[in-house]
Amino acid sequence: MTMNVLADGLRLDLGFVDYVVLVVYFAFVVGIGFWLKRTVKTGEDFLLSGRSTAAWVAGLAFLSANLGAQELIGMGASGAKYGLMTAQFYWLGAIPAMVFVGVFMIPFYYGSRARSVPEYLKLRFDEKTRALNACSFAVMTIFSSGVSMYALARLLEILLGWNFHFSLAASGAVVLAYTFLGGLTAAIYNEVLQFFLIVLGFLPLALLGLRDVGGWNGLVAKLNGVAASEGFSGGAWTTSARHLTHATDNPMGVEWFSMVAGLGFVLSFGYWCTDFLVIQRAMSANSMSAARRVPLIAAVPKMLLPFVVILPGMVAIALTHHAQTSGTGFRIPTDAAGATDYNMAVPALLGHYFPQGLLGLGLTALMASFMSGMAGNVTAFNTVWTYDIYQSYIRPGQTDAHYLNMGRFATVFGILASAAAAYAASKFNNIMDLLQLVFAFVNAPLFATFLLGMFWKRSTGHGAFFGLLAGTAAAAVHHGVTLPLGATVGAKGGWLIGRAAHAYQSEMAQSFWTAIWAFGACFTATVVVSLLTRRQKADDELRGLVYSLTPKVVDEHPRWYGQPGFLGVVILIAMGSLIALFW
Amino acid sequence: MAEQTTKPLDIRVPMGTMFTLYGVILAGYGLLSNGSPAYARSLGINVNLWWGSAILLFGVALLALSWHANRRHAPHG
Repeated sequence: MTMNVLADGLRLDLGFVDYVVLVVYFAFVVGIGFWLKRTVKTGEDFLLSGRSTAAWVAGLAFLSANLGAQELIGMGASGAKYGLMTAQFYWLGAIPAMVFVGVFMIPFYYGSRARSVPEYLKLRFDEKTRALNACSFAVMTIFSSGVSMYALARLLEILLGWNFHFSLAASGAVVLAYTFLGGLTAAIYNEVLQFFLIVLGFLPLALLGLRDVGGWNGLVAKLNGVAASEGFSGGAWTTSARHLTHATDNPMGVEWFSMVAGLGFVLSFGYWCTDFLVIQRAMSANSMSAARRVPLIAAVPKMLLPFVVILPGMVAIALTHHAQTSGTGFRIPTDAAGATDYNMAVPALLGHYFPQGLLGLGLTALMASFMSGMAGNVTAFNTVWTYDIYQSYIRPGQTDAHYLNMGRFATVFGILASAAAAYAASKFNNIMDLLQLVFAFVNAPLFATFLLGMFWKRSTGHGAFFGLLAGTAAAAVHHGVTLPLGATVGAKGGWLIGRAAHAYQSEMAQSFWTAIWAFGACFTATVVVSLLTRRQKADDELRGLVYSLTPKVVDEHPRWYGQPGFLGVVILIAMGSLIALFW
Repeated sequence: MAEQTTKPLDIRVPMGTMFTLYGVILAGYGLLSNGSPAYARSLGINVNLWWGSAILLFGVALLALSWHANRRHAPHG
């Protein structure tokens, strides 16, 4: 997510008490770094948290590491733009994948000797597949962290009038201080803190907003007015699944197949099951049974987050619509071109409802979400850099103290590189958009590789490597020959043939379908190349890495209701009930 | 299996302390500013007082849980 041109003249009026709240937060996050410093003795302590984290702590960190820049601002914006259907990013687009990774995949990550996701690929496939994944992941984390940094500094400039360079330097320095001192443990502890801060800071926004519009029924009535004025049938903004028959039925412009297969399967499983940023949190747990519970514990609050992050956006658009018809009241700010600036929906609502005091808390929660996104990326980066790039290709066979120092150095380097990326983003907005596009191409096929690697012992290193390349190529080609409706040829698509062979209803639909094509191509190419090439690894070497060659994990939890499989079923039923309730 | 020599530090301690402090700051500020016209924006509700009290309870609960867990484990450690 990049915030291009944001509305000016949207200053929050902070009082002394708000600054006190902010300062307390910064004192605590840095303090946690100092407090944990003495627990960091080895490279594994620093980079992997010494495999000592309790399940619930790792679980909330698992959730919070993903609560980055896109979350509070972006999901609020989507709530205003697309309504409750946005919640599918938290339900269908997250929960099944989180259950799957906990029940089926964590045993391979945690049980093998792998210390990172790229290292798993090396053990399972070969060196080149690992190198491809490690390098693209390292670059991606730096840019994601840079985008968080940029968005935060830009937001503070608009909301508080703070100097852009100062905000950038200050947020970088705070994240550096605690990740440098306490490593992954400090990042995880702060992520848990940030999770509660985000909920406590934003829940009153949702509650006040809901009360203001006359409760849920009042919100539905007002949003039906929005739907009618945009040419959709009633309920288009307040249901999560009913209007998915055709892409033209809902403001998101997607239909049920791309929602289920694109978001619910390819994108969701590709992220939650293979992204080292989240997997690293699960791998820090203190036992196999705790590690398997990490994603399951995270799934419960994940399901409920839409009521905290999406609802305020829905309230904002309802109030805006009301103000447009009545002439007075809250409106979402507009950008320089006069168009509604959805990214400002949530920050503006914060200023609308929160008096001084709570305003400081809301603002702190907003800053916390950006910083947890940055710290998450930087701690994942330093591990992949140290173990998968430095130890593997640059200086193998050094002492643990050497790698601990390299991990610390990589943290400093990661923050500096993120700052450079943030400046690149402020200078060339299109470059960031293009990079995000390239990452989407690289990421889309990943889940096919892991699925085949973990469940089909015949898949080979060449198969995986060329499968990934084929998937990325398929994503690029699909993007290059299609366009969202109303877009011009260029970064939005169609660049390969100079026009659109197919027009999608929306950018969202285009990206869901790009993922579906990438997955299909990667899956097919991996199978074909694997069958044509010889297996490089004997069954013995694949023990613990492939399902059929691994003894079934016996969970330590003594009771049937604590077993991951049972918990997974309960969580899926709960998700299904939520979707049914808001059908 | 040998007990770990360094027990992981309990995150509920800093978290409980921070939220207790936030509760005190917000609820205290809410008390002082009770009846202020500033609360018109929050629909006439003194959200600092109410939400601050809720946060205070949450912070104290975290500290109590941590204290309780320590007492339970103390005889074994």
